This record gives sequence, C-alpha cells and structure tokens, in this order.
Amino acid sequence: MKKAKASLAVLLSTSLLFGCAQKQEGTEPADDKAKEVGASKLDGVSSEYREYAIGEIEEFVNATEEFTTAVSAGDIEKAKELYAPARMHYERAEPIAEVFGDLDPKIDAREGDVKDEEWGGYHRIEMGLWKENTTKGYEKYAEQLMSDVNLLRAKVETVEVTPDLLITGAVDLLNEVSTSKVTGEEDRYSHTDLYDFVANVEGAEKIYELLTPALKEKDEKLAEEIQKRFDDVYGLLEKHKEGNGYISYTDLKESEVKELSQAIDALAEPLSQIGIVTEES
Amino acid sequence: MKEHTPKDETGLFTKKVSRRNMLKTAGVGGIGVVIGASGFGGLLTLSEQKAKGQTKDIVPFYGAHQAGITTEAQDNLYFASLEVTTDKRSDLIQLFKDWTEAAAQMTAGNLIGEASLNTNMPPKDTGEAKELSPSNLTITFGVGPTLFSKDGKDRFGLKSKRPAELKDLPKFPLDALEEEWSGGDICIQACADDLQVAFHAVRNLVRIGRGKTIIHWAQTGFQRTKQADSQKTTPRNLFGFKDGTVNPDTNDDNEMNEHVWVKGEDGPDWLVGGSYMVVRRIQMYIEVWDRTILKEQENTFGRHRDSGAPLGMKSEFDTVDLEAKDPNGNRIIPEDSHVSLSRGDGKAKILRRPYSYADGMDPKTGSFNAGLLFICFQRNPSKQFIPIQERLAKNDKLNEYIVHRGSAMFACLPGVKKGGYIGDSLFG
Repeated sequence: MKKAKASLAVLLSTSLLFGCAQKQEGTEPADDKAKEVGASKLDGVSSEYREYAIGEIEEFVNATEEFTTAVSAGDIEKAKELYAPARMHYERAEPIAEVFGDLDPKIDAREGDVKDEEWGGYHRIEMGLWKENTTKGYEKYAEQLMSDVNLLRAKVETVEVTPDLLITGAVDLLNEVSTSKVTGEEDRYSHTDLYDFVANVEGAEKIYELLTPALKEKDEKLAEEIQKRFDDVYGLLEKHKEGNGYISYTDLKESEVKELSQAIDALAEPLSQIGIVTEES
Repeated sequence: MKEHTPKDETGLFTKKVSRRNMLKTAGVGGIGVVIGASGFGGLLTLSEQKAKGQTKDIVPFYGAHQAGITTEAQDNLYFASLEVTTDKRSDLIQLFKDWTEAAAQMTAGNLIGEASLNTNMPPKDTGEAKELSPSNLTITFGVGPTLFSKDGKDRFGLKSKRPAELKDLPKFPLDALEEEWSGGDICIQACADDLQVAFHAVRNLVRIGRGKTIIHWAQTGFQRTKQADSQKTTPRNLFGFKDGTVNPDTNDDNEMNEHVWVKGEDGPDWLVGGSYMVVRRIQMYIEVWDRTILKEQENTFGRHRDSGAPLGMKSEFDTVDLEAKDPNGNRIIPEDSHVSLSRGDGKAKILRRPYSYADGMDPKTGSFNAGLLFICFQRNPSKQFIPIQERLAKNDKLNEYIVHRGSAMFACLPGVKKGGYIGDSLFG
C-alpha cells in the first residue's frame, strides 16, 4: 500500500519522454494562467486537508489518553469500550499518520509485523484485553503508546500535504480496507475491524470531498459515480450497525464479507482516476 | 498492513510535474541527451501500439459470428461468469459498448486505451500482455437467463426477449451442483494460446465492468499445447482418453449451420447467428480412476485408450459400430459406455470445446481438485445437449468417476460489425 516513491529525477525523465513521444499532438495553448489557478486550487485543498488530518490526530490524542488511562487503571471493560472508537481517528488520518515511518509501526503494528520485543502499541494492548483478558503487565505499553501518540501530534505539524499525497492517499485508504480490514486481520483479537473499515472509508471520502470541485471541472460523471459508490458502501455498512458502533467482524457472513469487498473494489476503481485533477485543462 | 519504511520527509512528493513546463525548461534539444543518459529510452515504446501491421496469431474479432466458437481451440481458457449489479439498462448498454471496444483492441494484440501522460492515474491497460503476441485470443460473450429476469423481475426490459431455450438446464440424475460454480448473468470466454493473454483479457473486461458487474465464478482451463502436439491429434482428457473424436467439422459451414448457429426459425431474431453455450464443471475423481484396471477404463469410454479407436477397431476414426458383437454374442462396445450413450441415434450433434482444469488440492479430501470444464455449442439445447446428457446421467459408466458440480447456460450473441457493439441486436 505504499505510495511508490518515485524520485523527482525519475518523474522528470518520464515526463520528458512522454512529452517527446507525443509532441506532435502538443499545440501550446496559452492557458498558463488557467493552469496556475488550477494548481493553487489544489494547494487550497491541501491546506484544508492538513487541517482535517491534524484535527483527527488531535482527537486521536484525546481518545488515546482516555484509553491508556483506562488500561493503566486496570479498567478492562472501559478500555475495551474505548479501543475501537479511538482508533477511528487514526484510521481516518492514515495518509498523514503513515508518513511517519518510525511512529506508525509503534502505534499500529500487528503481531508479526515487527520483532516481538519491539511490538507495542494498540494491537499489543488489544491482545492483552481480548485474548488474555487483562491489563496487567500492559501498563508499560499504554505509557509508551501515549508518548508515541503525543510525538505524532507534534510531528504532524511538519507534514507537507501535497496533491500527490491526497491522490494516492484516497485509494490507499481503501486498499487498506481491501487487504486487512475486509479480511478481519487488523483487529484479530477484538474483531472490531468494521470500525477501522468505516474510518478508512470516511478518510477517503474526505479527500474526495475536498477534490470534488476540481474533479467536477474535469469529469462530472466520474465525480457522480464515485459519490454513488460511496453511498453504496455506506449503505452496506449501515446494515452492520449496532448501537453506536458496529457488529463484530466474526458475525459477518462470508457472503457479507464478499459483498463489502466487492463494494470497495467498485468504489476504489473510479476513485483511482481521481488523479485526473492534476491534468492541465 | 502498511510497510513501514522510515520516511520523515514528504518533500519528495512534489507538486505536479508538468510535461509542458519540463519541455520549456529542458528545451527540446535536451531530450535526446536525457533519454540516453537516463536509460529510459525503452519507455518511448509505451505509446506505440505494439501490434502495428501484425496479422499473425490474430483471430478477427468482428464478423457474422463471434470468434471462439468455431475457432480451433486454443491452448488455454479463462472463463468468467459475471453477475450484473447495476439496475440501469443504460449502464449495461454502455458496458457492452466499452467491452466491444476493449475486446477488439485486445484480440488485435493492442493495449487498451492510449498511454496516459498522467502518472497520477493508474494505466488504462493492466499491462501484463504487453509485448506478448495476440496468441489467437478470442473473447466470446454470452448472456444467461437471469439477465432477462431474476426472481420474476424484469431487470432491464428484456424479459420478453428471453428465448424459450435459454433457461436453467433440467436437474439431471446424479447432479451435485454448487451455486458457486453455476449460472451467471453474463459470461466471458477468453481463449488464447497463452494463459497470461487470456487472463489479461478477462481481467481488463472485469475491471471495466467494476461497479456494474461482479465475478460470480471463474475457471482457468488448459489443453495440450500446439507446441507439445504439432500433429494436432485429438486432445486427451485427464483420464488419458482422446476426447472429441466425433465433433462436427467446424470448417464445414453446412454442418455449423445445421448444428451450431441459431437461425431465424429457431427463436428470437436478435440471436440469429449466435449459439447456445452449455457449461458444465465436471470434477473427475482422478485417484479412483488411477486404480481402475485398463479393461474397465476402456469399457467405460467404449474406446481403446492408446489409439482412441472404438473397442474392437484399430484406428481412432474407424466407424463406431454399436451393434458389433463378440463371439459370445455380447456387445463389443458396452451399452453403458460413454461413446455408446453420447451417440444415441447419432442425429443430435453438439460442438464440444472443453478444457481441463487442475485447481490444486481439495482441502477436504486431500485429492486433486481437477476435472473438465465441459463447454459445448448448439442451435437448440433441448434437442441437442439435454437429451444427450439425460442418457449419460442415467446410465453412463463414467458417472462412477465423475460428478457434475457446476452448470450454466448462456446465449452467445451474434457477431458484431465494425461500428456496432456486442449485444446491439438484443438492445437495439
């Protein structure tokens, strides 16, 4: 799910080559002004997104504070209750949170993703809560998690949000759903995968919303289709609501998992065309 | 799960790189140098259509009939049965139009769509068939009975157009059908002399259909390759027997018109020039067969294994004489043999175009999960496939070694002219 980090040099040379191969069709329109407008429009989007993501991370800090306090206090039931909703903030802002390659695994690695002695964070505590039904011995993980999340909050200020980050981020969020949430591998002890699922979709939708005006200018039909597919996914998720949250992943029928997976595919396919907004008009 | 690579900086995610700006900056004269220096010269071909002027290994897509029916069977098959998820007729029509365009491109050995300059978007074509020969790719589209109406609902205003012949097959004795291998609203049969080419075709069509269709089931299939059998002898199935000795001659238009292509008198006008396709996924009990003595194996098929000759005869194409008796007055070809029952009175013929499959191990039993994706084409299933299968299902000795797990029927649309689209006779 990694954004392909093409170096600037590669990007430059490929653009040149494409330019060369296609140069006969290139009549130079005098639209430099329009182009600048387009670019600054995306810049505006980037800063709006930055605000959104920082807002989510801030809420994530607060929610993690409550969660880790409950763990440290040995309040298992409260910790269990807070676990999934707290994570949603992180999952919504994942394109940003993920940028910190050192912190992301500390906060969100699953068992086996990192060496066992380095494994901490949410999923480690999740294992304690659900598999071992205890908080004993997990206080140190709670403390470390809180400090990592605080560090994330501080570092997130430094992130430069670029249009590329948004464009890849939107689909990446759905890819996360396809590869781990829809398979029930993310929250393997608590089975609260649907919370993460929903949050990833919401995070992708936020990007889509911000890019919608630019997208509509390029391809109104594409924008409509994406909206419709978001509605479809939410429609399916609605069926699995329970109180304020969602049912356990293990209560999903096989056919329902498939249905969700295919709805994500149907959404991610048109959403992957969103890069059209970077084209010059 | 994401990979965790340290990257504290996002600066590399640069603002968009404009081709035009780059040209301005570098100056056109600089390009050659950059190409040479960067080693990316090969990328130039990205925008070229790969099969320019190429005619080898191409089966024409456009024509009176769809390719992939009377086309000599290619080495590989990728078959997909789809469900339509959209409920809009206009979506469906657009999809068939898009598919037609893509299929025509792919069968000609071209990539789909133009190479895009925008690296912020996924490429139009998935790319794995690039540089590969067209490999005699054929793509054949069919529509199932459920496209016309499902649960009594007229889904796309097509209900009145469903041919009487297009319906679920009757339940035959011993059928053990599974929903996951049966039915479907639309089928795509991609055949090619290369499995990657065939898969590429279906993958891209399914991709184009995403949001409007989903895969219901899919199956790969193979035959001996042309490379392995340059003499083009009759293929053998996974039981080691020649399969398809008596098939109507696809080079004989009269035979095809008589047995395969739907005519005006047969049913709806929109299907004239099309054909009914029956698909059966037949699991073969490989292990059981392997411990069956040769005599029993041969009596099961009614043919000699090595030569393929009818029992008691010398050569594969010797006349099958079902009445022939041995000195004790017993039939030489058992009445319950596969040959005997398939033939019946010899009047009903179907065009068989089957492929073997081998899908690893059955996790439940530890046995091979292998068999035959039986595919046949005909004008009139109720007079052709159905009576034949009724005879086989009741009495075929082969039933001890096989079980029918999947079943589907599709009406393969007539061929399409340039400028038209697959299904235009149905929707028009």
